[in-house]
Amino acid sequence: MPILTFLIFVPLVGAILILFMDRARHGYAIRWTATVASAVAFVLSLGVWVLFEPAISGLQLKEYARWIDALNIFYHLGIDGLSLPLIVLTTLLSLLSIIYSWRITDRIKEYMFFFLLLETGMLGVFCALDFFLFYIFWEISLVPMFFLIGIWGGPNRQYAAIKFFIYTLIGSLAMLLAILALYFASTPHTFDMIELARQHPMAGAGLPAVLVFWGLFLGFAIKVPLFPFHTWLPDAHVEAPTAGSVILAGVLLKMGTYGFIRVSLPILPEASRQFALWIAILALISIIYGALCAMAQKDLKRMIAYSSVNHMGYVMLGIAVSVAAVGPGAISEAVHHSRITALNGAVLQMVAHGIITGALFFLVGVIYERTHLRDIDAFGGLAQRMPIYAGLMMMASFASLGLPGLAGFVAEFLVFLGAFGIYKLITGLALLGVAVTAAYFLWMIQRIFLGELRERWQNLRDMDTGELIAVVPLAALMLAIGLYPSPILAIIGSASTVLINNLEQFYQMTDVITFFGG
Amino acid sequence: MLELAWIIPLLSFAACAVLLFFGSTLQRRMGEAVGWISVAGIAAGIPLAVGSLVELARGATPVHYSFLWAPLGVRLGGASSNLHFGLAVDALAAVMLVMVTVVASCIVVYSIGYMHGDKRYSRFFAYMSLFTGSMLLLVLADNFLVLYVGWELVGLCSYLLIGFWFERRSAANAAKKAFITTRIADVGFAVGILMLFSYVPSLNFAEVFAAARAGLIPVTIVGVAAAFLFIGAMGKSAQFPLHTWLPDAMEGPTPVSALIHAATMVAAGVYMVARLFPLFIISFGSAVLWGVPALLIVGIIGLITALVAATLGLVQSDIKRVLAYSTISQLGYMMAALGMGVVGFAAAVLHLIVHAFFKALLFMCSGSVIHGCNGEQDMRNMGGLAKRMPVTYWTTWAGALALAGIFPLAGFWSKDHMMAAVWDQSLAQPVYWIFFLGLELAAIMTAAYIGRMCFLTFAGTARSEAAGEAHESPAVMTVPLVILATFTVLLGIVGMQFIGGNLFNSFVSTEMPGSMAVAGLHGLAHGEHGFNWAVAGISTLMALSGLLISAVIYKYRLVDTGLLKRYLAPWYRAALNRYYIDDFFQATVVRGTLALAEVTRICDKYIIDGTVNAVGWGTRVVVATVIRLFDDFVIDGAINVGAWVTGFVGRTSARAVHNGEVQEYIAGFVVIAAGLAGMVYLVVMLGW
Repeated sequence: MPILTFLIFVPLVGAILILFMDRARHGYAIRWTATVASAVAFVLSLGVWVLFEPAISGLQLKEYARWIDALNIFYHLGIDGLSLPLIVLTTLLSLLSIIYSWRITDRIKEYMFFFLLLETGMLGVFCALDFFLFYIFWEISLVPMFFLIGIWGGPNRQYAAIKFFIYTLIGSLAMLLAILALYFASTPHTFDMIELARQHPMAGAGLPAVLVFWGLFLGFAIKVPLFPFHTWLPDAHVEAPTAGSVILAGVLLKMGTYGFIRVSLPILPEASRQFALWIAILALISIIYGALCAMAQKDLKRMIAYSSVNHMGYVMLGIAVSVAAVGPGAISEAVHHSRITALNGAVLQMVAHGIITGALFFLVGVIYERTHLRDIDAFGGLAQRMPIYAGLMMMASFASLGLPGLAGFVAEFLVFLGAFGIYKLITGLALLGVAVTAAYFLWMIQRIFLGELRERWQNLRDMDTGELIAVVPLAALMLAIGLYPSPILAIIGSASTVLINNLEQFYQMTDVITFFGG
Repeated sequence: MLELAWIIPLLSFAACAVLLFFGSTLQRRMGEAVGWISVAGIAAGIPLAVGSLVELARGATPVHYSFLWAPLGVRLGGASSNLHFGLAVDALAAVMLVMVTVVASCIVVYSIGYMHGDKRYSRFFAYMSLFTGSMLLLVLADNFLVLYVGWELVGLCSYLLIGFWFERRSAANAAKKAFITTRIADVGFAVGILMLFSYVPSLNFAEVFAAARAGLIPVTIVGVAAAFLFIGAMGKSAQFPLHTWLPDAMEGPTPVSALIHAATMVAAGVYMVARLFPLFIISFGSAVLWGVPALLIVGIIGLITALVAATLGLVQSDIKRVLAYSTISQLGYMMAALGMGVVGFAAAVLHLIVHAFFKALLFMCSGSVIHGCNGEQDMRNMGGLAKRMPVTYWTTWAGALALAGIFPLAGFWSKDHMMAAVWDQSLAQPVYWIFFLGLELAAIMTAAYIGRMCFLTFAGTARSEAAGEAHESPAVMTVPLVILATFTVLLGIVGMQFIGGNLFNSFVSTEMPGSMAVAGLHGLAHGEHGFNWAVAGISTLMALSGLLISAVIYKYRLVDTGLLKRYLAPWYRAALNRYYIDDFFQATVVRGTLALAEVTRICDKYIIDGTVNAVGWGTRVVVATVIRLFDDFVIDGAINVGAWVTGFVGRTSARAVHNGEVQEYIAGFVVIAAGLAGMVYLVVMLGW
């Protein structure tokens, strides 16, 4: 059974069904169709989880079909321990977002259509192993998000939507050029990622390899977003509807870091190593700068958006470490160990950040819907009136600031553990970001929830069932991963071990060749 | 019992879970008896802890448990490398387990009375259980991971409990300050762990110690890592200059103060240094900073803390603040004793245990006083409470004399033990006499401030209406006082040889064989030589003179305090302002970070995003031109998913988005993409 194909296209089928419904008369049918389609996708992703065998290294559940013979393009899907957690994250967040979005009344038909289309795009990106397919899915995920922000967004939605669109489109364009260059450089010409990772078509190519690397870099770094390409993110988040923010922070950002791990590292190992230090420095800046920016924000959503810049910085630090140059000579066991640890941490951080920030954005939506305010200083003492809300928000905040027992800690701890072995100073400085993160989250909690309850908020009601359904599963996952990360790390580790081993083999080989004068 | 010791923290966690999720429901049924759930969770651990201690004392081997927590993939050699969640029960841990369970049980029983009528009653007990459980977990840690986990959870609980009455602005502030101060210190802790891990891919204490001893980790690295780890301990154990959060932590309910100051939180820092002691010993030969090794840094910071906090304790008028500075000062003592090396180890741990009992007692007494005086905390408005609150009065004196170090109370033994260690080390290295002098000076002040507290509170006549109408607290509060007072009186005599003697020495020697001979350190563990009469005599003299001074001033009123204040005006003013340390941090760290954040925000808005917008504007001009030139071609050629969807939306939701612009952009990019793709093709195909 081609389960991955089913998984990817179930939401699309739902979307097409919705097209045939009438917005005015079939409001419930539309909502149910969307919910069922995303629920089926979620169940299928769990099925994939069950079918997946961590003991087997390499890609699994592969699907392979000829597609465009003339250009040697294949319909090639497959997953490994890197993509599997992201796939489940995607289907889960999509399902929760759609459930949360039942309350949307404005143009529900188009809303659900775009949401399901978005889900197909995201799942496709994480499953595709052919660059052509990858690129199509990548672009498919871009367009619905543009409309979600542009139609259902806040007052300044047009600016934010266009900024988001153009920014990511520039990135995609750069990526497209890099993909084409790789295609033409390979013999025979191919878009197959596995084949390209085997061939290393740019090995020893000098400047062209560098250009291709930075082309891919731009495409991925904008998505992450890495400093200084991050300014679309706060605007997009502030204007996006709640569920849009959840998906944007929860999944779309991960497409960037996924791209680095799936594409840049294995296909361009040399250039990756050459620029690893630069990426680590940009990651460090993202961490510190994002944390400081978050601290200075007055808008709750903007604060969380900047905290995403900060947290995705840890992912990028882990990625940089996994290809860091460590000087001549054989790769020691300590270095090897640092790399795997850091990469495991980076991938886990992608998942943890998706869960935690997804929950945080849902929670911002809760208060915004009641008050139409996101100004942190507008509140105060809400813990008295909304204890469940306060409890969940504090839990998500503590998860975000890396409290042990919750998911964020495990991921950050592993990144630091691995990174310190290679980039001592950068990691030491990055740790300061953790302290700043604690400060701004606690300050936010104090201003919104502690102190005296203002007269104005005497009648706020606590979270309703729909909101709880969206947030509680995420809270439970934070706790589950935080307490016992072993199962998910076993899956992630199966992929990162293979990747690091391949990279190191390549480095050892090329270093020997360079040593003997090529 | 030893085999079951891992259950002890779980019991508290379970109680916490029950109270957290079903607390309000249960409270509706049981009323305020829900507090006993928390007591049960903690007290059920007492027999297990005591049993474990007894078994270890009888020579049982320490037990280790561990399970795979985080697999880290496969190493080069094919062996997998993993992080384990490891617990261990050895002598050090077992003694701590007994102390934490006993003291915390008393405190939680007392809370049942103290928190009567609070609107978040069951929540309070949930947090208290979590606090205790986290501390027990920390105590049982046999690797850095678990230690760090417990460490941070303790920090979380202190945040939740200090800010328990969060409606009060000051409480919310104090909670935040406690968490962030310790969190900043924890950066040091984390760096220390990472440094060690970058040499030995294990977080297990025994493996790291073995590697350090075998020289697999360079001794300089061990020293620097130990110093970084100590920064974390400074935060948690409120060592100068990171002590500023602790006096503010008084904003929490008094039982919380008792728990923080005695059994949990602040004990964690000292315990951490004790647990990681081999690292400090191994690195003694290697200087970290200005020629000073990590172990001596611990000692120096401890000495400064003991002295500074003692002077601050002399001028406080809030009864709980006197005790807060007292705690800081006593923690300084413990650190200073640890700084003496192996000889001070057992003494410091003994003082940690003993101090927990009498400090919990003193805090609960102060809570009883506050309770009795209807919330009054200012000692200037008390007085004459001895008759009105007899149980509180006598138990307070028991705690006070123990703190001052009067024979035969528990505090005497542990303090004497520590001073004897300093004495021994001073004999080996004369420069250490500074420690002896400094700590004896602190001893005078200790006796003086605690004497002052007792006299101001209980002696003389009532100085306010509240004090005049004070009443003794209910039995649920006074019974724990009596229990703790009994421990305070007897623990020294009964437990001294048992706890202070062989048990710790055996721990020290199993962890550090061969390290006794570090140059410059007195080699023997204390207890292997007889009672030091000289030290005991000097210390007793100091304590008595301190008490005498306070009696002369505050009981017999032979010296006018106004006169003293005038003579000592510069010091007095500085001390009232906590030597401006808080102001310094506020002006530098807090203001600095906020200012930096604001600068970053402005930079982001105007420079980074400004550039983006400028580029966007420029591109738009260019693209518009391109569009005009290739208009027809673009309209025909835009076969693009995006364009199709745009059309769809254009029909169904006209004007929702100003889609003309987007079409413009998409078209523009298609043109540019096609052009650049052609260029790439040419470069790649023809270029190489």
